[in-house]
Amino acid sequence: MSDSQHFLLDGEEVPFTPGQTVMQAALSAGRYIPHLCYHPEFKPHGSCKVCTVKAGGRTAASCTLPAQSGLEVESATEEMNALRRTLVQMLFAEGNHFCPSCEKSGNCVLQALGYDLGVTNAGFRHLFPDRPVDASHPDLLLDFNRCILCELCVRASCEVDGKCVFSLSGRGIDKHLIVNNASGRLEDTDIALDDKAVAVCPVGVILKKRVGFALPIGQRRYDARPISAQALEDAPRPSTQGPCNACEDAP
Amino acid sequence: MTVPAEIKKLRVATTSLAGCFGCHMSFLDIDERLLELLHYIEFDRTPLTDIKHCGPCDIGLVEGGICNAENVHVLREFRKNCKMLVAIGACAVTGGLPAQRNHLDLADCLQEVYVTETSLGKGGIPNDPELPLPLDRVYPIQEVVKVDYFVPGCPPSADAIWKFLTDLLAGRTPRLGHGLISYD
Repeated sequence: MSDSQHFLLDGEEVPFTPGQTVMQAALSAGRYIPHLCYHPEFKPHGSCKVCTVKAGGRTAASCTLPAQSGLEVESATEEMNALRRTLVQMLFAEGNHFCPSCEKSGNCVLQALGYDLGVTNAGFRHLFPDRPVDASHPDLLLDFNRCILCELCVRASCEVDGKCVFSLSGRGIDKHLIVNNASGRLEDTDIALDDKAVAVCPVGVILKKRVGFALPIGQRRYDARPISAQALEDAPRPSTQGPCNACEDAP
Repeated sequence: MTVPAEIKKLRVATTSLAGCFGCHMSFLDIDERLLELLHYIEFDRTPLTDIKHCGPCDIGLVEGGICNAENVHVLREFRKNCKMLVAIGACAVTGGLPAQRNHLDLADCLQEVYVTETSLGKGGIPNDPELPLPLDRVYPIQEVVKVDYFVPGCPPSADAIWKFLTDLLAGRTPRLGHGLISYD
Protein backbone atom coordinates (compact mmCIF):
# COMPACT_ATOMS: atom_id res chain seq x y z
CA MET A 1 0.00 0.00 0.00
CA SER A 2 1.30 3.39 -0.93
CA ASP A 3 0.39 6.11 1.53
CA SER A 4 2.18 8.94 -0.22
CA GLN A 5 -0.09 9.47 -3.21
CA HIS A 6 -2.60 12.30 -3.06
CA PHE A 7 -4.61 14.48 -5.34
CA LEU A 8 -6.41 17.70 -4.47
CA LEU A 9 -10.21 17.69 -4.30
CA ASP A 10 -11.57 21.21 -3.87
CA GLY A 11 -8.25 22.21 -2.34
CA GLU A 12 -8.02 19.35 0.14
CA GLU A 13 -5.73 16.36 -0.13
CA VAL A 14 -7.36 13.02 -0.91
CA PRO A 15 -5.19 9.88 -0.66
CA PHE A 16 -5.53 7.15 -3.27
CA THR A 17 -4.09 3.78 -4.13
CA PRO A 18 -2.91 3.21 -7.72
CA GLY A 19 -5.75 1.96 -9.91
CA GLN A 20 -8.45 3.89 -8.05
CA THR A 21 -10.57 6.40 -9.88
CA VAL A 22 -11.13 9.91 -8.55
CA MET A 23 -14.65 8.86 -7.52
CA GLN A 24 -13.48 5.74 -5.67
CA ALA A 25 -10.75 7.60 -3.83
CA ALA A 26 -13.08 10.47 -2.93
CA LEU A 27 -15.80 8.19 -1.56
CA SER A 28 -13.23 6.12 0.34
CA ALA A 29 -11.96 9.31 1.91
CA GLY A 30 -15.47 10.32 2.94
CA ARG A 31 -15.84 12.97 0.25
CA TYR A 32 -19.07 13.04 -1.75
CA ILE A 33 -19.16 13.69 -5.49
CA PRO A 34 -22.74 13.64 -6.87
CA HIS A 35 -23.25 10.61 -9.11
CA LEU A 36 -26.03 8.58 -10.72
CA CYS A 37 -24.92 5.68 -12.95
CA TYR A 38 -21.88 4.93 -10.78
CA HIS A 39 -22.35 2.09 -8.31
CA PRO A 40 -19.49 0.98 -6.07
CA GLU A 41 -20.14 -2.70 -6.82
CA PHE A 42 -19.92 -2.38 -10.59
CA LYS A 43 -17.38 -1.41 -13.19
CA PRO A 44 -17.75 2.33 -13.87
CA HIS A 45 -19.95 3.11 -16.84
CA GLY A 46 -19.24 6.82 -17.26
CA SER A 47 -22.41 7.54 -19.19
CA CYS A 48 -24.59 9.86 -17.09
CA LYS A 49 -21.80 12.42 -16.53
CA VAL A 50 -23.43 13.67 -13.32
CA CYS A 51 -20.12 13.01 -11.52
CA THR A 52 -18.31 15.40 -13.88
CA VAL A 53 -15.51 17.32 -12.21
CA LYS A 54 -12.95 19.76 -13.50
CA ALA A 55 -9.54 18.12 -13.37
CA GLY A 56 -6.45 19.89 -14.58
CA GLY A 57 -8.69 22.49 -16.23
CA ARG A 58 -10.74 19.95 -18.21
CA THR A 59 -14.09 18.40 -17.41
CA ALA A 60 -14.13 14.64 -16.94
CA ALA A 61 -16.36 11.97 -15.42
CA SER A 62 -14.79 11.31 -12.02
CA CYS A 63 -16.04 7.70 -11.98
CA THR A 64 -13.77 6.79 -14.90
CA LEU A 65 -10.96 9.30 -14.34
CA PRO A 66 -7.89 7.54 -12.88
CA ALA A 67 -6.58 9.27 -9.78
CA GLN A 68 -3.16 10.78 -10.34
CA SER A 69 -0.71 12.32 -7.95
CA GLY A 70 -0.90 16.09 -7.89
CA LEU A 71 -4.13 16.29 -9.91
CA GLU A 72 -6.22 19.34 -8.98
CA VAL A 73 -9.91 18.45 -9.00
CA GLU A 74 -12.83 20.86 -8.61
CA SER A 75 -16.18 19.31 -7.71
CA ALA A 76 -18.24 21.27 -5.18
CA THR A 77 -18.31 24.44 -7.27
CA GLU A 78 -21.31 26.29 -8.61
CA GLU A 79 -19.98 25.73 -12.13
CA MET A 80 -19.95 21.94 -11.75
CA ASN A 81 -23.26 21.83 -9.87
CA ALA A 82 -24.89 23.93 -12.60
CA LEU A 83 -23.72 21.38 -15.20
CA ARG A 84 -25.04 18.53 -13.03
CA ARG A 85 -28.37 20.30 -12.65
CA THR A 86 -28.68 20.56 -16.43
CA LEU A 87 -27.90 16.85 -16.86
CA VAL A 88 -30.54 15.89 -14.30
CA GLN A 89 -33.02 18.24 -15.99
CA MET A 90 -32.42 16.55 -19.35
CA LEU A 91 -33.15 13.15 -17.82
CA PHE A 92 -36.43 14.47 -16.41
CA ALA A 93 -37.39 16.03 -19.76
CA GLU A 94 -36.50 12.91 -21.75
CA GLY A 95 -38.57 10.33 -19.85
CA ASN A 96 -41.96 10.33 -18.20
CA HIS A 97 -41.01 10.97 -14.59
CA PHE A 98 -44.35 11.54 -12.93
CA CYS A 99 -43.28 11.43 -9.28
CA PRO A 100 -46.77 11.88 -7.74
CA SER A 101 -47.85 8.43 -9.02
CA CYS A 102 -44.50 6.63 -8.77
CA GLU A 103 -44.14 4.09 -6.01
CA LYS A 104 -40.37 4.61 -6.02
CA SER A 105 -40.83 8.22 -4.89
CA GLY A 106 -38.72 8.87 -1.80
CA ASN A 107 -36.41 5.97 -2.63
CA CYS A 108 -35.48 7.24 -6.09
CA VAL A 109 -31.90 8.26 -6.71
CA LEU A 110 -32.75 10.55 -9.63
CA GLN A 111 -35.35 12.37 -7.54
CA ALA A 112 -33.03 12.61 -4.52
CA LEU A 113 -30.28 13.98 -6.71
CA GLY A 114 -32.69 16.57 -8.10
CA TYR A 115 -33.66 17.62 -4.58
CA ASP A 116 -30.06 17.86 -3.44
CA LEU A 117 -28.96 19.89 -6.47
CA GLY A 118 -31.99 22.18 -6.17
CA VAL A 119 -33.58 21.21 -9.50
CA THR A 120 -37.07 22.73 -9.51
CA ASN A 121 -38.02 22.17 -13.17
CA ALA A 122 -36.99 20.21 -16.25
CA GLY A 123 -35.61 23.26 -18.02
CA PHE A 124 -36.24 21.76 -21.46
CA ARG A 125 -39.32 20.82 -23.42
CA HIS A 126 -40.67 17.54 -22.11
CA LEU A 127 -40.55 14.84 -24.78
CA PHE A 128 -43.47 12.84 -23.29
CA PRO A 129 -42.32 9.65 -25.06
CA ASP A 130 -44.67 6.71 -25.55
CA ARG A 131 -43.19 3.83 -23.57
CA PRO A 132 -45.60 0.97 -22.81
CA VAL A 133 -45.08 -0.91 -19.56
CA ASP A 134 -44.41 -4.66 -19.31
CA ALA A 135 -46.64 -6.16 -16.62
CA SER A 136 -46.36 -9.72 -17.99
CA HIS A 137 -44.31 -11.11 -15.09
CA PRO A 138 -46.42 -12.32 -12.14
CA ASP A 139 -44.20 -10.65 -9.50
CA LEU A 140 -42.38 -7.83 -11.29
CA LEU A 141 -43.43 -4.74 -13.21
CA LEU A 142 -41.29 -2.96 -15.80
CA ASP A 143 -42.16 0.71 -16.25
CA PHE A 144 -39.88 1.91 -19.03
CA ASN A 145 -41.21 5.48 -18.70
CA ARG A 146 -38.71 6.12 -15.92
CA CYS A 147 -35.63 4.51 -17.45
CA ILE A 148 -32.52 6.72 -17.44
CA LEU A 149 -30.33 4.21 -19.34
CA CYS A 150 -27.82 3.87 -16.49
CA GLU A 151 -27.37 0.20 -17.45
CA LEU A 152 -27.10 -0.84 -13.80
CA CYS A 153 -29.69 -3.61 -14.33
CA VAL A 154 -27.88 -4.70 -17.50
CA ARG A 155 -24.58 -4.87 -15.66
CA ALA A 156 -26.07 -6.57 -12.58
CA SER A 157 -27.98 -9.15 -14.58
CA CYS A 158 -24.89 -10.14 -16.59
CA GLU A 159 -22.09 -9.70 -14.05
CA VAL A 160 -23.81 -10.83 -10.84
CA ASP A 161 -26.93 -12.82 -11.75
CA GLY A 162 -25.37 -14.43 -14.86
CA LYS A 163 -28.66 -14.13 -16.75
CA CYS A 164 -28.33 -11.09 -19.03
CA VAL A 165 -32.07 -10.42 -18.81
CA PHE A 166 -31.73 -6.79 -19.90
CA SER A 167 -30.00 -4.91 -22.66
CA LEU A 168 -29.99 -1.51 -24.30
CA SER A 169 -31.17 -1.30 -27.88
CA GLY A 170 -31.16 1.44 -30.50
CA ARG A 171 -28.99 4.51 -30.86
CA GLY A 172 -29.12 8.14 -29.78
CA ILE A 173 -32.53 9.43 -28.78
CA ASP A 174 -34.05 6.05 -29.75
CA LYS A 175 -31.90 4.13 -27.30
CA HIS A 176 -34.03 2.18 -24.86
CA LEU A 177 -34.02 -0.66 -22.37
CA ILE A 178 -35.27 -4.01 -23.61
CA VAL A 179 -35.85 -7.47 -22.19
CA ASN A 180 -33.14 -9.46 -23.89
CA ASN A 181 -35.04 -12.44 -25.30
CA ALA A 182 -37.08 -13.41 -28.36
CA SER A 183 -40.49 -12.34 -27.04
CA GLY A 184 -39.13 -9.21 -25.33
CA ARG A 185 -41.40 -9.95 -22.36
CA LEU A 186 -40.23 -10.31 -18.78
CA GLU A 187 -42.43 -13.34 -18.13
CA ASP A 188 -40.32 -15.33 -20.59
CA THR A 189 -37.10 -14.80 -18.66
CA ASP A 190 -35.66 -16.57 -15.62
CA ILE A 191 -35.40 -13.35 -13.61
CA ALA A 192 -35.96 -13.90 -9.88
CA LEU A 193 -37.20 -11.52 -7.19
CA ASP A 194 -33.91 -11.61 -5.31
CA ASP A 195 -31.76 -10.94 -8.38
CA LYS A 196 -29.28 -8.09 -8.10
CA ALA A 197 -30.78 -6.59 -11.25
CA VAL A 198 -34.09 -6.09 -9.44
CA ALA A 199 -32.52 -4.45 -6.40
CA VAL A 200 -30.13 -2.16 -8.22
CA CYS A 201 -32.54 -0.01 -10.29
CA PRO A 202 -32.04 3.55 -9.01
CA VAL A 203 -35.37 4.75 -10.39
CA GLY A 204 -38.85 3.22 -10.66
CA VAL A 205 -38.40 0.92 -13.67
CA ILE A 206 -38.02 -2.54 -12.09
CA LEU A 207 -40.64 -2.81 -9.36
CA LYS A 208 -41.82 -5.67 -7.19
CA LYS A 209 -45.58 -6.04 -7.39
CA ARG A 210 -47.87 -5.74 -4.36
CA VAL A 211 -45.31 -4.04 -2.07
CA GLY A 212 -45.27 -0.57 -3.63
CA PHE A 213 -46.47 1.42 -0.66
CA ALA A 214 -45.60 -1.01 2.16
CA LEU A 215 -43.28 1.72 3.38
CA PRO A 216 -45.35 4.93 3.35
CA ILE A 217 -44.32 8.11 1.54
CA GLY A 218 -42.61 10.31 4.13
CA GLN A 219 -40.77 7.41 5.79
CA ARG A 220 -38.56 6.57 2.88
CA ARG A 221 -34.84 6.62 2.44
CA TYR A 222 -34.34 10.13 1.12
CA ASP A 223 -37.16 11.63 3.16
CA ALA A 224 -34.97 11.51 6.22
CA ARG A 225 -31.71 12.86 4.87
CA PRO A 226 -30.49 14.12 1.51
CA ILE A 227 -28.61 11.77 -0.79
CA SER A 228 -25.33 13.60 -0.22
CA ALA A 229 -25.51 12.61 3.45
CA GLN A 230 -26.22 8.96 2.63
CA ALA A 231 -24.05 8.13 -0.37
CA LEU A 232 -20.93 7.90 1.75
CA GLU A 233 -22.49 5.14 3.86
CA ASP A 234 -22.94 3.07 0.69
CA ALA A 235 -19.34 3.51 -0.34
CA PRO A 236 -17.19 0.52 0.54
CA ARG A 237 -14.01 1.41 2.38
CA PRO A 238 -11.32 -0.55 0.55
CA SER A 239 -9.49 -3.04 2.71
CA THR A 240 -6.24 -1.86 1.10
CA GLN A 241 -6.35 1.05 3.49
CA GLY A 242 -6.00 -1.38 6.39
CA PRO A 243 -8.17 -1.70 9.47
CA CYS A 244 -9.30 1.44 11.27
CA ASN A 245 -7.19 1.86 14.36
CA ALA A 246 -8.60 5.23 15.34
CA CYS A 247 -10.07 3.92 18.60
CA GLU A 248 -6.89 2.13 19.68
CA ASP A 249 -4.74 5.08 18.70
CA ALA A 250 -6.85 7.59 20.57
CA PRO A 251 -5.30 8.83 23.83
CA MET B 1 -41.84 38.77 10.91
CA THR B 2 -42.18 42.21 12.47
CA VAL B 3 -44.48 44.44 10.50
CA PRO B 4 -43.23 47.92 9.57
CA ALA B 5 -45.77 50.72 10.09
CA GLU B 6 -45.72 51.92 6.48
CA ILE B 7 -45.41 49.28 3.83
CA LYS B 8 -46.32 49.23 0.18
CA LYS B 9 -48.13 45.97 -0.24
CA LEU B 10 -47.18 43.66 -3.09
CA ARG B 11 -50.10 42.80 -5.34
CA VAL B 12 -50.53 39.06 -5.88
CA ALA B 13 -52.71 37.20 -8.39
CA THR B 14 -53.33 33.46 -8.39
CA THR B 15 -55.09 31.08 -10.75
CA SER B 16 -55.64 27.39 -11.31
CA LEU B 17 -55.44 26.30 -14.96
CA ALA B 18 -55.31 22.56 -15.74
CA GLY B 19 -54.98 21.81 -12.04
CA CYS B 20 -57.17 20.49 -9.25
CA PHE B 21 -56.99 23.50 -6.86
CA GLY B 22 -54.91 21.30 -4.57
CA CYS B 23 -52.07 23.84 -4.67
CA HIS B 24 -54.52 26.58 -3.67
CA MET B 25 -55.68 24.37 -0.80
CA SER B 26 -52.07 23.90 0.22
CA PHE B 27 -51.58 27.68 0.05
CA LEU B 28 -54.54 28.08 2.43
CA ASP B 29 -52.90 25.47 4.66
CA ILE B 30 -50.44 28.15 5.79
CA ASP B 31 -53.41 28.80 8.11
CA GLU B 32 -53.03 31.79 10.44
CA ARG B 33 -49.83 32.77 8.65
CA LEU B 34 -52.16 34.00 5.90
CA LEU B 35 -53.13 36.91 8.20
CA GLU B 36 -49.45 37.75 8.66
CA LEU B 37 -48.96 37.53 4.91
CA LEU B 38 -51.78 40.02 4.38
CA HIS B 39 -49.64 42.70 6.07
CA TYR B 40 -47.33 42.43 3.07
CA ILE B 41 -49.54 41.51 0.15
CA GLU B 42 -52.95 42.23 -1.29
CA PHE B 43 -54.80 40.03 -3.72
CA ASP B 44 -55.73 40.84 -7.30
CA ARG B 45 -57.35 38.16 -9.44
CA THR B 46 -57.63 34.93 -7.47
CA PRO B 47 -60.33 32.43 -6.55
CA LEU B 48 -60.18 34.06 -3.09
CA THR B 49 -61.39 37.45 -4.36
CA ASP B 50 -63.35 36.22 -7.38
CA ILE B 51 -61.86 39.07 -9.47
CA LYS B 52 -62.18 37.84 -13.05
CA HIS B 53 -59.21 39.48 -14.76
CA CYS B 54 -55.66 40.11 -13.71
CA GLY B 55 -54.50 43.73 -13.40
CA PRO B 56 -50.93 44.95 -12.92
CA CYS B 57 -49.36 42.77 -10.21
CA ASP B 58 -46.03 42.08 -8.57
CA ILE B 59 -46.39 38.32 -8.25
CA GLY B 60 -48.49 35.82 -10.22
CA LEU B 61 -48.89 32.33 -8.79
CA VAL B 62 -50.03 29.83 -11.42
CA GLU B 63 -51.28 26.36 -10.55
CA GLY B 64 -51.92 23.79 -13.28
CA GLY B 65 -50.62 23.14 -16.76
CA ILE B 66 -51.99 24.27 -20.11
CA CYS B 67 -54.58 21.91 -21.58
CA ASN B 68 -56.91 24.19 -23.54
CA ALA B 69 -57.20 27.54 -25.35
CA GLU B 70 -58.60 29.36 -22.32
CA ASN B 71 -55.60 28.30 -20.22
CA VAL B 72 -53.36 29.94 -22.82
CA HIS B 73 -55.34 33.23 -22.67
CA VAL B 74 -55.29 33.33 -18.86
CA LEU B 75 -51.61 32.46 -18.67
CA ARG B 76 -50.69 35.17 -21.19
CA GLU B 77 -52.79 37.68 -19.22
CA PHE B 78 -50.84 36.75 -16.10
CA ARG B 79 -47.49 37.00 -17.86
CA LYS B 80 -48.41 40.38 -19.29
CA ASN B 81 -49.47 41.79 -15.91
CA CYS B 82 -47.18 40.12 -13.39
CA LYS B 83 -43.63 41.29 -12.81
CA MET B 84 -42.80 37.87 -11.46
CA LEU B 85 -44.50 34.67 -12.59
CA VAL B 86 -44.31 31.57 -10.43
CA ALA B 87 -45.23 27.99 -11.41
CA ILE B 88 -46.79 26.39 -8.33
CA GLY B 89 -47.07 22.60 -8.23
CA ALA B 90 -46.32 19.58 -10.41
CA CYS B 91 -48.92 20.38 -13.10
CA ALA B 92 -47.64 23.92 -13.76
CA VAL B 93 -44.03 22.73 -13.60
CA THR B 94 -44.24 19.45 -15.54
CA GLY B 95 -47.78 19.12 -16.92
CA GLY B 96 -48.53 16.70 -14.10
CA LEU B 97 -51.45 14.32 -14.05
CA PRO B 98 -53.32 15.88 -17.02
CA ALA B 99 -50.16 15.41 -19.13
CA GLN B 100 -50.54 11.65 -18.72
CA ARG B 101 -52.67 11.88 -21.87
CA ASN B 102 -49.78 13.29 -23.88
CA HIS B 103 -48.71 10.03 -25.48
CA LEU B 104 -52.27 9.44 -26.66
CA ASP B 105 -54.01 10.99 -29.65
CA LEU B 106 -56.50 13.67 -28.53
CA ALA B 107 -59.24 12.45 -30.90
CA ASP B 108 -58.81 8.91 -29.56
CA CYS B 109 -59.15 10.22 -25.98
CA LEU B 110 -62.38 12.10 -26.77
CA GLN B 111 -63.74 9.12 -28.71
CA GLU B 112 -62.98 6.75 -25.84
CA VAL B 113 -64.51 8.94 -23.13
CA TYR B 114 -67.57 10.34 -24.88
CA VAL B 115 -68.47 7.66 -27.44
CA THR B 116 -66.93 4.22 -26.94
CA GLU B 117 -67.33 4.09 -23.15
CA THR B 118 -71.12 4.08 -22.95
CA SER B 119 -71.31 4.49 -19.17
CA LEU B 120 -69.67 7.93 -19.47
CA GLY B 121 -70.73 9.34 -22.84
CA LYS B 122 -74.21 10.70 -23.24
CA GLY B 123 -74.64 12.52 -26.53
CA GLY B 124 -71.24 12.31 -28.13
CA ILE B 125 -68.18 14.55 -28.07
CA PRO B 126 -69.15 18.02 -26.71
CA ASN B 127 -68.85 20.81 -29.27
CA ASP B 128 -70.56 23.78 -27.60
CA PRO B 129 -68.85 26.94 -28.93
CA GLU B 130 -68.51 28.22 -25.33
CA LEU B 131 -66.24 25.31 -24.43
CA PRO B 132 -62.53 26.11 -24.81
CA LEU B 133 -60.88 23.85 -27.35
CA PRO B 134 -58.50 21.27 -25.89
CA LEU B 135 -54.88 21.45 -27.04
CA ASP B 136 -53.10 18.57 -28.79
CA ARG B 137 -51.35 17.90 -25.52
CA VAL B 138 -50.91 19.32 -22.03
CA TYR B 139 -48.00 21.73 -21.62
CA PRO B 140 -46.02 22.83 -18.57
CA ILE B 141 -46.49 26.61 -18.33
CA GLN B 142 -42.85 27.41 -19.11
CA GLU B 143 -43.38 25.89 -22.56
CA VAL B 144 -45.89 28.69 -23.28
CA VAL B 145 -44.54 31.76 -21.42
CA LYS B 146 -41.38 32.70 -19.54
CA VAL B 147 -41.54 31.61 -15.91
CA ASP B 148 -39.39 33.19 -13.20
CA TYR B 149 -39.66 30.69 -10.36
CA PHE B 150 -40.80 27.12 -9.83
CA VAL B 151 -42.20 25.52 -6.68
CA PRO B 152 -42.58 21.79 -7.45
CA GLY B 153 -44.75 19.34 -5.52
CA CYS B 154 -48.14 17.66 -5.75
CA PRO B 155 -48.99 19.85 -4.01
CA PRO B 156 -46.06 21.81 -2.59
CA SER B 157 -46.50 21.75 1.19
CA ALA B 158 -47.83 24.81 2.99
CA ASP B 159 -44.40 25.19 4.56
CA ALA B 160 -42.77 25.14 1.12
CA ILE B 161 -45.14 27.84 -0.16
CA TRP B 162 -44.58 29.89 3.01
CA LYS B 163 -40.79 29.55 2.73
CA PHE B 164 -40.94 30.55 -0.93
CA LEU B 165 -43.13 33.61 -0.33
CA THR B 166 -41.27 34.83 2.76
CA ASP B 167 -37.92 34.47 0.96
CA LEU B 168 -39.36 36.51 -1.90
CA LEU B 169 -40.84 39.17 0.39
CA ALA B 170 -37.54 39.46 2.27
CA GLY B 171 -35.71 40.06 -1.01
CA ARG B 172 -33.86 36.73 -0.93
CA THR B 173 -33.53 34.26 -3.80
CA PRO B 174 -36.06 31.59 -2.78
CA ARG B 175 -34.44 28.32 -1.73
CA LEU B 176 -36.57 25.41 -0.58
CA GLY B 177 -33.92 22.99 0.69
CA HIS B 178 -34.24 19.44 1.99
CA GLY B 179 -37.69 18.49 3.21
CA LEU B 180 -39.41 21.34 1.39
CA ILE B 181 -38.40 20.63 -2.22
CA SER B 182 -40.59 17.76 -3.38
CA TYR B 183 -41.74 16.40 -6.73
CA ASP B 184 -44.59 14.31 -5.33
